[in-house]
Amino acid sequence: MTVPLSWYLIFATALFSLGFFGVLSRRNAVAVLMGVELMLNAVNVNLVAFWRYLTPTDLSGQIFVVFVFTVAAAEAAVGLALMISIYRTRKTINIDEINDLQH
Amino acid sequence: MVGQILFIFIAVVTLLMALGVVVARNLFHAALFLIGVFFGIAALFILLEAEFLAMAQIIIYIGAIATLIVFAIMLSKGMMGRESGAYNKQWYFAGGAMVFFFGLVSWLLVKMPFKTISAQVPNDAIQQIGSGFVGHYVVPFEVASVLLLVALVGAIMLARERNS
Repeated sequence: MTVPLSWYLIFATALFSLGFFGVLSRRNAVAVLMGVELMLNAVNVNLVAFWRYLTPTDLSGQIFVVFVFTVAAAEAAVGLALMISIYRTRKTINIDEINDLQH
Repeated sequence: MVGQILFIFIAVVTLLMALGVVVARNLFHAALFLIGVFFGIAALFILLEAEFLAMAQIIIYIGAIATLIVFAIMLSKGMMGRESGAYNKQWYFAGGAMVFFFGLVSWLLVKMPFKTISAQVPNDAIQQIGSGFVGHYVVPFEVASVLLLVALVGAIMLARERNS
């Protein structure tokens, strides 16, 4: 318990920023999905760090992380299925080429 | 002191791997870096004395999600798109915005006083999590399981070959 709480929070912020940068800047949709996974993991680190340092006797912080796991798994499955479906019809999953709604 | 050195080591390695996920041109390399990041996060969970979550992280993220991503990459070679650039036109703007975001949030976090307490984690933590799922949190738990089922059916419907 010698590590200060703010170290964990700054680490999670860095991880979230990297993931967000990946989401905003990558062209390939699978890489964008990986960025989303990084962001979800950063949020999990935040939740567990706050649980450990603020309310270690109440386990609801850990239980919430399990729900984030569930949503991440559902998101990855549906996202990859969408990409495979889009690739089958468009022969590309570069998200700057799939912009039909813009024009 | 040992905990601090361990934390810095794990954090630096994990952040370098996360950078690898974002900058790697080859999607397969990015997926391998992503697995490394998941391991690093699991190590941090153990450092935070959340052993159940560390194991769940390894089983769910590495065993299921990373495997799913690797499968999707390997099943569709053309999805790699290596002939064109990895970044879109707004990447420098996104990078600047994220550096600014990181600086701002870090500054706020350092400034903000959190009332940390140094209580021990209860010995029956995993038992409490389990009874929480079938007790106080039973409705969200069931909703989450329905969500997973719907996502499963939806993924199969979306990725299915339509031979009309």
